[in-house]
Amino acid sequence: MTNRLLTGLLMASSILGTAGIALAQDKTLTIESWRNDDLAIWQEKLIPAFEKANPGIKVTFSPSAPTEYNAALNAKLDAGSAGDLITCRPFDASLELFKKGHLADLTGLAGMENFSDVAKSAWQTDDGKASFCVPMASVIHGFIYNKDAFEKLGIAVPATEEEFFAALEKIKADGTFIPMAMGTKDLWEAATMGYQNIGPNYWKGEEGRLALIKGEQKLTDADWVAPYATLAKWKPYLGDGFEAQTYPDSQNLFTLGRAAIYPAGSWEISTFNTQAQFKMGAFAPPVQKAGDTCYISDHNDIGIGLNPKSANADAAKTFLTWVASPEFATIYANALPGFFSLNSAAVKMEDPLAQEFVSWRDKCKPTIRSTYQVLSRGTPNLENETWVKSANVINGTETPEAASAELQKGLDSWYKPAK
Amino acid sequence: MNNGPLAAGPRDFEMSQQSLEHSQDRRPTRWHIAVFLAPALLVYTAVMILPLFGTLQLSLFRNVDNAQVFAGFDNFRTLFGDPRWSASFWNALGNNTWFFIIHMLVQNPIGVVLAALLSSPKLRFSAFYRTAIFIPTILSFVIVGFAWKLILSPLWGVAPNLLDLVGLKSLFVPWLGKEEYALTTLSLISVWQFVGIPMMLIYAAMLSIPDEVIEAAECDGVTGFSQFWKIQLPLILPSIGIISILTFVGNFNAFDLIYSAQGALAGPNYATDILGTFLYRTFFGFQLQIGDKNMGATIASMMFFIILAGVCLYLFLIQTRLRRYQF
Repeated sequence: MTNRLLTGLLMASSILGTAGIALAQDKTLTIESWRNDDLAIWQEKLIPAFEKANPGIKVTFSPSAPTEYNAALNAKLDAGSAGDLITCRPFDASLELFKKGHLADLTGLAGMENFSDVAKSAWQTDDGKASFCVPMASVIHGFIYNKDAFEKLGIAVPATEEEFFAALEKIKADGTFIPMAMGTKDLWEAATMGYQNIGPNYWKGEEGRLALIKGEQKLTDADWVAPYATLAKWKPYLGDGFEAQTYPDSQNLFTLGRAAIYPAGSWEISTFNTQAQFKMGAFAPPVQKAGDTCYISDHNDIGIGLNPKSANADAAKTFLTWVASPEFATIYANALPGFFSLNSAAVKMEDPLAQEFVSWRDKCKPTIRSTYQVLSRGTPNLENETWVKSANVINGTETPEAASAELQKGLDSWYKPAK
Repeated sequence: MNNGPLAAGPRDFEMSQQSLEHSQDRRPTRWHIAVFLAPALLVYTAVMILPLFGTLQLSLFRNVDNAQVFAGFDNFRTLFGDPRWSASFWNALGNNTWFFIIHMLVQNPIGVVLAALLSSPKLRFSAFYRTAIFIPTILSFVIVGFAWKLILSPLWGVAPNLLDLVGLKSLFVPWLGKEEYALTTLSLISVWQFVGIPMMLIYAAMLSIPDEVIEAAECDGVTGFSQFWKIQLPLILPSIGIISILTFVGNFNAFDLIYSAQGALAGPNYATDILGTFLYRTFFGFQLQIGDKNMGATIASMMFFIILAGVCLYLFLIQTRLRRYQF
């Protein structure tokens, strides 16, 4: 049904598009994307807003299935039949396209100044000199909590690590709720919701991440081992048999109201909003001491770039400049709570939970997941190894020091930082 | 047919003489053999032999600057020489061997016992049991993996509740999440799924034992358990041999159950990583890791050699020594 609707819409839009050219010499732009979930938002909100402001340019959003996107896009680019605008995956996948000449250099595009360096880092060359995609959306890590449970037990929202563990202890002592809903069975939960969630506070966000890439810091340094030591302390507060608890199990535990705290990524917001029957709140990863600067993982997820072979490059650039504008950011972020605009201009969000997440940008320094840029190009793959080691540390089968030493050894075996 | 040779008269002799001369004159080319073999041979070549050699060839090359370069046995040297690659490989091979041992020690003996029980004439509803025990075999791995994950789930699974009913809740462990139990648990799940196959094969072998032999044994006073031990078991040994080799090949090619229950990283801490999952991760890549088809092909070649060696060992050392009985 959705397929037929989609085909219908696409056909209709292509016919209308061609009709448009014939009548008014309109320029038509086609967007390649894997976000077929977002089709309605583009058709009903984003594209009309753009077309209204820029008469003479028509835009078609043409998504494919997420798993097929990379292969289909590569084939289309090689054949020269790809659309004018290309939705960019973060990091190496898009960098590869840029190196092959399938993405245009957008460093000087009007509107790029609206983004911070961190926001642009996912779509830049390794030296940071050339940018090739306009950042669109990111996901933020933090903790979502059951407000009702916190009120019932009289717990204040924790800001420091000490308060955080005191809260967990109190929930555990009460016994009504499982203190924290997380499992280690699927491994990535431990790494993404655990290590990458709380880590930036220890390695000082970008400072530590860039030093790691430059080789000035090592994973065996105190700043990188400490998050593991903290993760190891989570163990007693996880549910019974968390070793065999999967990601959907954790989600269900929390939305059924059986657990009080959920280490989260902001992409959960829309699902949780529809499933949870209680009030929810969110807090940023607690800092070590009151007054410390807080750092959050604000991980780049979606960008949009220009196909250099586009016949309507000027119109496409107009569109990209619009994507870089606060207007786009507001529509996009409100239509998809949990996927935040990377625009530096603050966006007012209607969803309170999403607004809470995005408000941390004002007081905390953002960074991206430490393993994504450059460091996961070789074998053994640092990201995958981090999954395994984070789960080991929480399971208590490996000490934080041993896990970090193993990770650094693996990284040293193939990664030689430029001196 | 017993009187065949006696009945051979002069006419038969003539005919054979004739055909002998005939063939000496001009050997007819027997085209039909080639024609009948061709379809199977072509299909087998296209889907089995060519890919096999393609894999072996791939394992001798390396990707340097987006071009395939001949590298000799360098990939094998990396696999065995590099401490990380070799650690992963030996871990996977060790786990695979344990997986196989569990099948041999649990699946096949249970299969034999079930077959012996089923072939007992006193058992009622044997057709029902036969079907019920065989049904898991036809289920998809995905269903089996998912169902057992749910059964053993510490949160919603029936396993902790059932143990609780008999007061043994303290024995419950999140088996799939513990390094020391996960592989054995998965092996037993696989045994549960496939125990129907040895059962069926042995059951068929037992049915083929002539009643005369059993009756003669009974006349000699060999009954009950010793009858099974001394009469039936020796007669089904060739079938057990075949089952062992099928189990060996199946286990060293296994992948699906581990993948569907534990994911491609075969957690916790690679405790359930077998050659199949190791190959999958290497060949296709996983998450941020990009696939390396040359190293993947190297692992696939090693799997092929291991299975080949095992099968040869069986064929030349064991099968030739098995005593067969003709009735």
